[in-house]
Amino acid sequence: MKYEATIGLETHVMQKTNTKMFCSCKYEYGAEPNTHVCPTCLGYPGALPVMNEKAIELICKAGLLLGCEINPYSKWDRKNYFYPDMSKNYQITQADEPLCLGGQITVEVEGELKTFTLERIHQEENAAKNTHVAGASLVDYNRAGTALMEIVSNPCMSSAADALAYMTAIKQIMQYGGISNCDQEKGQMRSDVNVSVRPVGQKELGAKVEIKNMNSFAFIQDAIEYEIDRQISVLESGGTVVQETRGYNPDRGETFTQRTKENAHDYRYFPEPDLMPVKVSKEQIEQWRSELPEMPAQRRVRYVEELGLPEYDAGVLTASMDVSDWFEETMKHTQNAKAVSNFIMGEMLRLLSEQGLTISESRVTPEKLARIIELIDAKTINTGGGKQIFETIFNEGGDPKEIMEAKGLAQVSDDSALEGWADEAIANNPKPVEEYKAGNPASINFLMGQVMKASRGKANPGAVMQMLKQKLDG
Amino acid sequence: MADLNKCTIAELSEKLASGECTSVDIVNDVLASIDANDGKVGAYLTLDREDALAQAEAADEKRVAGSTLPMLGIPVAIKDLLNVKGQPCTCSSKILEGYIAPYDATVISKLREAGAIMLGRVNMDEFAMGSSTESSALGKTSNPWNFDHVPGGSSGGSAACVSADEAIASLGSDTGGSIRQPAAFCGCVGVKPTYGRVSRYGLTAFASSLDQIGPITKSVKDSAILLETLCGYDPMDSSSIDMDVPAFGKNLTDDASLAGMKLGLPKEFFVEGMDPEVEKSVRDAVEHCKSLGAEIVDVSLPNAKYAIAVYYIIATAEASANLARFDGIRYGMRIDGKDPADLYAKTRSAGFGQEVKRRIILGTYVLSSGYYDAYYKKAQKVRTLVRNDFTEAFKQCDAILAPVTPTPAYKKGEKTDDPLKMYLDDILTTPTNLAGNCALSLPCGFASNGMPIGLQIIGDDFQEETILKVGHAYEQSTEWHKARPSL
Repeated sequence: MKYEATIGLETHVMQKTNTKMFCSCKYEYGAEPNTHVCPTCLGYPGALPVMNEKAIELICKAGLLLGCEINPYSKWDRKNYFYPDMSKNYQITQADEPLCLGGQITVEVEGELKTFTLERIHQEENAAKNTHVAGASLVDYNRAGTALMEIVSNPCMSSAADALAYMTAIKQIMQYGGISNCDQEKGQMRSDVNVSVRPVGQKELGAKVEIKNMNSFAFIQDAIEYEIDRQISVLESGGTVVQETRGYNPDRGETFTQRTKENAHDYRYFPEPDLMPVKVSKEQIEQWRSELPEMPAQRRVRYVEELGLPEYDAGVLTASMDVSDWFEETMKHTQNAKAVSNFIMGEMLRLLSEQGLTISESRVTPEKLARIIELIDAKTINTGGGKQIFETIFNEGGDPKEIMEAKGLAQVSDDSALEGWADEAIANNPKPVEEYKAGNPASINFLMGQVMKASRGKANPGAVMQMLKQKLDG
Repeated sequence: MADLNKCTIAELSEKLASGECTSVDIVNDVLASIDANDGKVGAYLTLDREDALAQAEAADEKRVAGSTLPMLGIPVAIKDLLNVKGQPCTCSSKILEGYIAPYDATVISKLREAGAIMLGRVNMDEFAMGSSTESSALGKTSNPWNFDHVPGGSSGGSAACVSADEAIASLGSDTGGSIRQPAAFCGCVGVKPTYGRVSRYGLTAFASSLDQIGPITKSVKDSAILLETLCGYDPMDSSSIDMDVPAFGKNLTDDASLAGMKLGLPKEFFVEGMDPEVEKSVRDAVEHCKSLGAEIVDVSLPNAKYAIAVYYIIATAEASANLARFDGIRYGMRIDGKDPADLYAKTRSAGFGQEVKRRIILGTYVLSSGYYDAYYKKAQKVRTLVRNDFTEAFKQCDAILAPVTPTPAYKKGEKTDDPLKMYLDDILTTPTNLAGNCALSLPCGFASNGMPIGLQIIGDDFQEETILKVGHAYEQSTEWHKARPSL
């Protein structure tokens, strides 16, 4: 029998707010534990929550970017459960009246355009961070109460590839929209995945298994693939899939039972009496809509249409907002978009990946790259020299012109020097010379290479080509 | 001894202003009275004498420097569920043993700004759950009029200390009658302000949608003065209302006329089983108001009879979540366990008293999956009906007159074995908490056994001025509030 999988995601995204969701404590990743806390986020007697308005703006903007309808009236609820990561032992969230309803994104999965729909986005508060050490658990409440939104998709995906494309798009949109940095290492984007499997043609969905709290895209992919296989083999061996919550063990590449349906929590949701419902006016929504930043798809179009870049370049440059922003910054200092693009796609991304750095950590700044390109465009150096300067600055820092002088990279266009190297190349390489004369124009490239080598890369390639042609054609 | 402890805020303010006494004199008299009587009354849980005297000295210095703050140098007793920085805040529960408040409640900040002295912390029913202060885990409080009787609750300590002249005034909180009922039982004046009038920030929550902080005093005028200090918008409390606070104290005029006022009498509030002496005193008070010029009109609150059922669903549901934070992890009592769940169970089993546990279980039950619609959701709908009743009634009258309680203060232990019987006594006070409007309780007579009887004056939303005016007119022309218990 053939089976098909149905997948839905609940993605938690930490918003970029200065302060927590319901108190004025700052959020600072990596701060000394329990230093950004107050009576409210510690759940002290008598302390009350006050809504963070910036968080409401950000979730609504996220909703607008994802095509949601903004709910003009939404409210807060208490979700009750006892665990040391929740100081009040209830979480303030939105149960039946979330801020954003519906929505969809269209993404390319393995060459095919697919549209994935959203059920809702709701606002809630983050939990504290628990660390388990020998014989004890440590709780850091710095993260407790930070602004967290949950993007809930419909069960509309059918493979790990779908889920990956969906999450990648969500992340990109959140970053471009200024909603969240989505730094997964810092827990700013985590997903719960719902997976079920049914025989192809069956109308009802199979029993739903939820895999909780994963931050790495690779783990999520692996967990989905493992879970689909597991459920199919359960069905094929005549068993039934149990509705349950599972965890994922990345070391073993397996999911494991955490909580079965019988032991499911009864969260006893009820309206939060300490907070008033949220009312968002049409005018406010339009104001926010007018403030929405450019999305990657729009940037790609602009790069192609206005800057004349190939589609491929535009795609690579906009894949990450950091890189795209860096590109745009460089374009403030130069007109040569293709040269900037080549440097970023070539040297920059290679060196960043080799050294495990992000573009903001690069010693080559947008201004410095613009000056390297300026030197090339003025034919003061050739492209190879430019790459050497780039790599030197990337590794050691420094000024493009000083490095050019120190390394003697200034291009040689002086005829007498070029003539000497050209004559030498022709004299020492009779075979390519003959081939060229016999009608194979590509053979001139070998001679060209010899001249560049002799000049230690400093010869002006255009001038060399002209001189070789003159001598051989003559 | 000048017996300054027996004076009202209004009287002391004059004496302080004229230099007849100092704040240190007042605090000394109050402390002497506590020394003499609190062994029998049992109102105070904690009292920092040195701190109180230091505050009094500072107040006297301020006055010399020209300050005329409204509450300058007046000592106020604080119900043990309000956070005062650096002081314990036990809510009369073992589970908060060792907790020291790291911040001031907004009402405490306001009292400080107005120059008041934080005197000491007074007893209450555990987490404000009770009507007799007998559910306190930390002490027994007696009614100053007869030590065999309860002072009422949950603000029993707040009423008893004022009644026994062990404080000039006090703060209480009212979730289902917890200011008005003990005020009535102890012969004091108490006000439950309109929901949203007084910030709840720093008030340990029992039922968030019902709780309000208010004054307990020796006169209506004092309640007006103290209430004015407590009111006002607070950005720290999202349920607080941003509107002007009238000058409650100054606006009270000494003419005792009620001419032109329409006072409503709800037939449903003279309930079956009501003590005839209570009914008579209240009906006499109604007649008295008529003699002062008020027109008495019949009004109906047909859904008020559901108030007890609705109240005990909504209040316990909210409480079940509000009290979840007392878990032994961050502060207060902790009894270790093999895992967090075990720690919670052990700590909460040992830390909470029986009444608190009963209400947490009840609240957890009504919110449970499958029961929510039948209980909580339905209760919210009926709550709206109760509120609509008041809206209709206030179209016909300026304020409503009613008893506060079906009986005067009963004997200790009389109802502790029958919680339902005790719950039913809240029938006349809970409707106002559910509807959100304001109400005042003041003395209007005595039962033949010598226990005080209270008159309730209920006002529309934010009509505190009206009920204070009616109460003040009544008080100006009667002597009930001047009677003091012999200790």
